[in-house]
Amino acid sequence: MPDRLTSATVLGTGVAGLALAAELTRRGVGVTVIDRAGAPGPSACSWWAGGMLAPFCEGESAEEPVVRLGQEAAGWWERAAGGVARAGTLVLALGRDRGELDRFARRTTAHRMLGREEIGALEPDLAGRFERALFFEEEAHLDPRATLTALRDRLAAAGVPILTGEAPPGGSAEAGPVFDCRGLAARDDLADLRGVKGEMLVLRCPDVALARPVRLLHPRIPLYIVPRGDGVFMLGATMIESGERGRITARSLLEMLTAAYALHPAFGEAEVLEIGVDARPAFPDNLPRIRRRGSRIYLNGLYRHGFLLAPALARMAADLVTGGPRPEVMDEDRA
Amino acid sequence: MPRFYGVEIRSRMMLGTAQYPSPAILAEAFRASGAGIATVSLRRESGGGRAGSDFWTLIRELGVRVLPNTAGCHSVKEAVTTAHMAREVFGTTWIKLEVIGHTDTLQPDPFALVEAARILAADGFEVFPYTTEDLVVAGKLLDAGCEVLMPWGAPIGSGLGLVNPYGLRALRERFPDVPLVVDAGIGLPSHAAAAMEMGYDAILLNTAVAKAGDPAAMARAFALAVEAGAAGRAADPMEPRDMAAASTPEIGRAFLE
Repeated sequence: MPDRLTSATVLGTGVAGLALAAELTRRGVGVTVIDRAGAPGPSACSWWAGGMLAPFCEGESAEEPVVRLGQEAAGWWERAAGGVARAGTLVLALGRDRGELDRFARRTTAHRMLGREEIGALEPDLAGRFERALFFEEEAHLDPRATLTALRDRLAAAGVPILTGEAPPGGSAEAGPVFDCRGLAARDDLADLRGVKGEMLVLRCPDVALARPVRLLHPRIPLYIVPRGDGVFMLGATMIESGERGRITARSLLEMLTAAYALHPAFGEAEVLEIGVDARPAFPDNLPRIRRRGSRIYLNGLYRHGFLLAPALARMAADLVTGGPRPEVMDEDRA
Repeated sequence: MPRFYGVEIRSRMMLGTAQYPSPAILAEAFRASGAGIATVSLRRESGGGRAGSDFWTLIRELGVRVLPNTAGCHSVKEAVTTAHMAREVFGTTWIKLEVIGHTDTLQPDPFALVEAARILAADGFEVFPYTTEDLVVAGKLLDAGCEVLMPWGAPIGSGLGLVNPYGLRALRERFPDVPLVVDAGIGLPSHAAAAMEMGYDAILLNTAVAKAGDPAAMARAFALAVEAGAAGRAADPMEPRDMAAASTPEIGRAFLE
């Protein structure tokens, strides 16, 4: 691989593909983006994401690299697309699950415990409803669809061609490497990639205002509510070991809506704007990989951490082809 | 080592496959536990058709015997249908039968359980019923054709341990030749050791390992506890008594005050 890379192809306009295209463009590489749909949209699982940039909260169940690499995300997205809200994350537990809050605190860092008054001061609509909460002040969130669209527009404005079509067979000396960021669509090439189904809802509830994402600790589903502004909320997300992308179950709907209702009864009157189902691409340890096979380089397995890890993955992949260090998430091709 | 329906299992530990941080950690926990049987919930993971097959592949690669369950079923019909689906997906006649009767405690519905067990046993299934420690229900399950019983230690996922040791002991004494497994409610390795000391053949657990900070380390801790408890039982423990019994005889002491 030459030290001065002049051109490259990126497959996919999901969060990984667009972040990598932006990072390569910033470093002076002439990028061509190719996507089956030609633009960010519902065929990419990042379209359905929560958009939480919450590396410390994720530390409860994710491994160390997610916490560390995820801390690059908020700054990167602010520079690359704008629209990052730095308001922290509030973590709450309902009724009989209150003990879960202590366990969550034990397994995470960069938080402080709030009492009744402080919760009310942060989120007036939750005043008096909870005795204790964990506040992760350094965390942030964004609107995934607005962010992907803004990033696409900035790339287009910078002269990056974004083409509609299928992947070319491989890279060439002149065209440079092909970065495959197609997520679960690359499954036929990557035998150890699997789908983890997620279900989400978008609600309109003008009676409730929240300034920041709220996580509800629940023994089975880690439920969160992310404010999108104008009384709109994203509610997610289940995690089911299945690559199925089409169908939500009554049980999932019931569990998500029940949790929202428990957070605030006004959610009982919310309008259901959207029901989304998709599958996240994941490797067996749920950690992302950069994998080279011939002239094709795969960025995949971002699992439920697309917006959180895409900046670090893009940085490392760009380093790889511009003479920088070997990425820590690089793995040997076992195909 | 325990025998279930004529099959000898190399471990007294059975481990569930739900709620692990990742499939890689699940596999690590299985290796550390030495478990001989993996329970799998068909409903939770299937999603219909081929879509769930990645997960099944992963479970098969663990190299242990699979015991599918009917977790989350609340009626006889649901449980029987799920059992049939499980038989097809996993190619086994083994089924851990769960029929839940109470939403808060996830307590089994003994009436529906016995009925479902009878239907499934008559249909060639080898049923592992998740039941309470009730002696009468246990007898009816055996009459229905079950050759293994799985009484709870405490409600599923509660981690409270063996909340009714008297009942569990009575069950063991009443049915000395039936393989008995404490299923559900185990939170700590000491709970597992206690079940073994009572003479139970095996334990089944999931949450205590999957939700531990380090699932593989906790799986190993449970494996050690199970081994310790079973070895202690086999060594024929002393009988407890109310009064002290000095381990050094008093007679013959050289000086008396």
